[in-house]
Amino acid sequence: MIKINNAQLADGSLVDVEISNSVITNINKASANKSVDGIDATGKMLLPGLVDLHTHLREPGREDAETVLTGSQSAVAGGYTAISSMANTNPVADTAGVVEQIFRLGKAAGLCDVNPIGAVTKGLNGEQLAELGAMADSIARVRIFSDDGKCVSDPLIMRRALEYVKTFNGIIAQHAQEPRLTINAQMNEGSVSARIGLPGWPAIAEEAIIARDILLAEHVQSRLHICHLTTAGGVELVRWAKQRGIQVTAEVTPHHLLLTDDLVENYDPIYKVNPPLRTQKDVMALREGLAEGVIDIVATDHAPHPAEDKDCEWQAAAFGMVGLETSLSVVIKTMIESKLMSWSDLVDRMSVKPAQIAGYEKQGQTISKSSPANLILVDPTATWQVERNKLKSKSKNTPFDQMKLPGVISDVIYNGNLVVSSGKLVNGNNE
Amino acid sequence: MISGHLLSTADLSKGEALNLLSTAKELAAITDGPNKKLPTLRGKTIVNLFFEDSTRTRISFETAAKRLSADVINFVAKGSSVSKGESLKDTAQTLQAMGADAVVIRHGSSGAAKRLADTQWIQAAIINAGDGTHEHPTQALLDAFTIKQHLRNDNEDLSGIKVLIVGDILHSRVARSNVLLLTKLGAQVTLVAPPTLLPVGVGDWPVKISYDLDSEIGKCDVVMMLRIQLERMADSFFPTEREYSRRYGLNSARLSKLSKNAIVMHPGPMNRGLEISAESADDLKSVIIDQVKNGVAVRMAVLYELLGGAQLGESK
Repeated sequence: MIKINNAQLADGSLVDVEISNSVITNINKASANKSVDGIDATGKMLLPGLVDLHTHLREPGREDAETVLTGSQSAVAGGYTAISSMANTNPVADTAGVVEQIFRLGKAAGLCDVNPIGAVTKGLNGEQLAELGAMADSIARVRIFSDDGKCVSDPLIMRRALEYVKTFNGIIAQHAQEPRLTINAQMNEGSVSARIGLPGWPAIAEEAIIARDILLAEHVQSRLHICHLTTAGGVELVRWAKQRGIQVTAEVTPHHLLLTDDLVENYDPIYKVNPPLRTQKDVMALREGLAEGVIDIVATDHAPHPAEDKDCEWQAAAFGMVGLETSLSVVIKTMIESKLMSWSDLVDRMSVKPAQIAGYEKQGQTISKSSPANLILVDPTATWQVERNKLKSKSKNTPFDQMKLPGVISDVIYNGNLVVSSGKLVNGNNE
Repeated sequence: MISGHLLSTADLSKGEALNLLSTAKELAAITDGPNKKLPTLRGKTIVNLFFEDSTRTRISFETAAKRLSADVINFVAKGSSVSKGESLKDTAQTLQAMGADAVVIRHGSSGAAKRLADTQWIQAAIINAGDGTHEHPTQALLDAFTIKQHLRNDNEDLSGIKVLIVGDILHSRVARSNVLLLTKLGAQVTLVAPPTLLPVGVGDWPVKISYDLDSEIGKCDVVMMLRIQLERMADSFFPTEREYSRRYGLNSARLSKLSKNAIVMHPGPMNRGLEISAESADDLKSVIIDQVKNGVAVRMAVLYELLGGAQLGESK
């Protein structure tokens, strides 16, 4: 049994909590009598474990960058009790066999739920649907399908995919990037790209696909999820779609909530990411969209890369940033400290909504008696300094190195077990 | 005296740029004499690190370095990315181990020179000899030198001079470096190109933009024609070579509209008959050969200042 004393919930109330057999067995108003046993959570927030719908784990294929185990360790260090592994592994997660392998590796790691996302098309080639039904029926119970890293650019394939997944209440998560408008694109197209001479990735290339897919989702009455929204125009389109009652959800990454394209000026590939960092105007629109609920969730797009893929010239570098361990802190900094969101909003965007979209039944639950014990304790006022070499992820490509951020996670409970205790991984292989 | 590296013309103050140009002029005068060589950089090692073919720029730097008595190593590396063999980092560390004092780098990736300067891969002075579609600062310096030579006196800047830069601005490192440098020296720059060959965001540059060469050609003191790469046609930046040439090429009709003292420039290599007609290239107004010659003097001045040779007077 785990006891947590004097913890503050997102709504501000103070509680004592008891956990056993993977559920919350007791929750009471915090008692005045200081209990000596259990975790003293005075000054800390007790929140449901975070849920990520966009994680690159690199296994199978690039185990030098991340494995399911190291990715799980990184996840729980960042307060995530469920992650969703993207399909662009090698081999691609486009068959029941591969998704089941990843699912089993997640179980073996045992630190958090690892839910594979299936590819929409075979080999991410954009031409032929992968066996979506087989993946849905597998032990991994895949419900989210995405060719992330690549856009399902063919409108007919996209339409078919949206229609087909209705059978099992699936959802297509689109990486919105019109390929013809982004040939060799390296960064946001605008005044910075003009000056520093890097090929531009225009906002319109994202918005054109979002607009098209919203209309397709309306036409075939299916569920569309927009991955890593980055533009002010994209927020407008999703707002419009929601007003029309179209079943569209959208995510934003922490890095797009904080960083802008002027960071690219020194050509340091640590800032190279796809979709690219945009302008301050976009950042403000994304924050407002998230606060308003137009953007439903925060997703990390955790994208580990080995050192050599960033220690090079810009154009040779890989796209992507790790994000699991900094996500909560960046959201606190950008959304809570700016007073755009409350803690309840944060729980909604980082735990409740992502679990609902994906159908993760044991995640994102209200903290109450009998609910699953996937929980985190956070000191909201403490700050920490990001040090890339201390990240649990196998890769160190964080754009937040040396940044001081608010919010320190002390404990993480997954399925009733402490997987992070006093800031340290329990049974972590890299401790 | 400039210090450290030369990565962008934005790094030079107006005073530093004018100083470089006068140093170049002094060096040019010396090397015009019977003995072209100065002992200034004896014992220094300069590496020409070229990831892209550019015989013209490379031999210009090589000549400049040799006239200052430096040892020159030409390192021609094909393929820039990790996947194509040795990485830029490993190459840089190799050159560091060999004791390079300066690295002149030409690279297809914008920012490659800046990366060499910013990382700990190598300690040498870095000179950008063209990085992707970003900058080519010594080209802009030699262009400024040539303009001054023809249109201004020694102690003057380029105030009041109207410069047209015509062609593929989007992909041109020559245009970016020239816009920064020439405007800093007081010139008024107008960019002329079809909208497809102007970058989105060009509105922030301190220049005037025009799509119409004919309306601008009579109003300038300098017309600088940029090389058009034929593969741009395949990417639909313009319909055909002939249409481009008709609308944006410098031909005899346009040449005749130039004012009396105007000069014609081109960074080379030229596509005769495409962006510039043979008669324009060979006309008396053309200073294209002067640009090549001045390139050596300007690059001598850059090497001289960056590698901290003795004062110019002492080295004679």
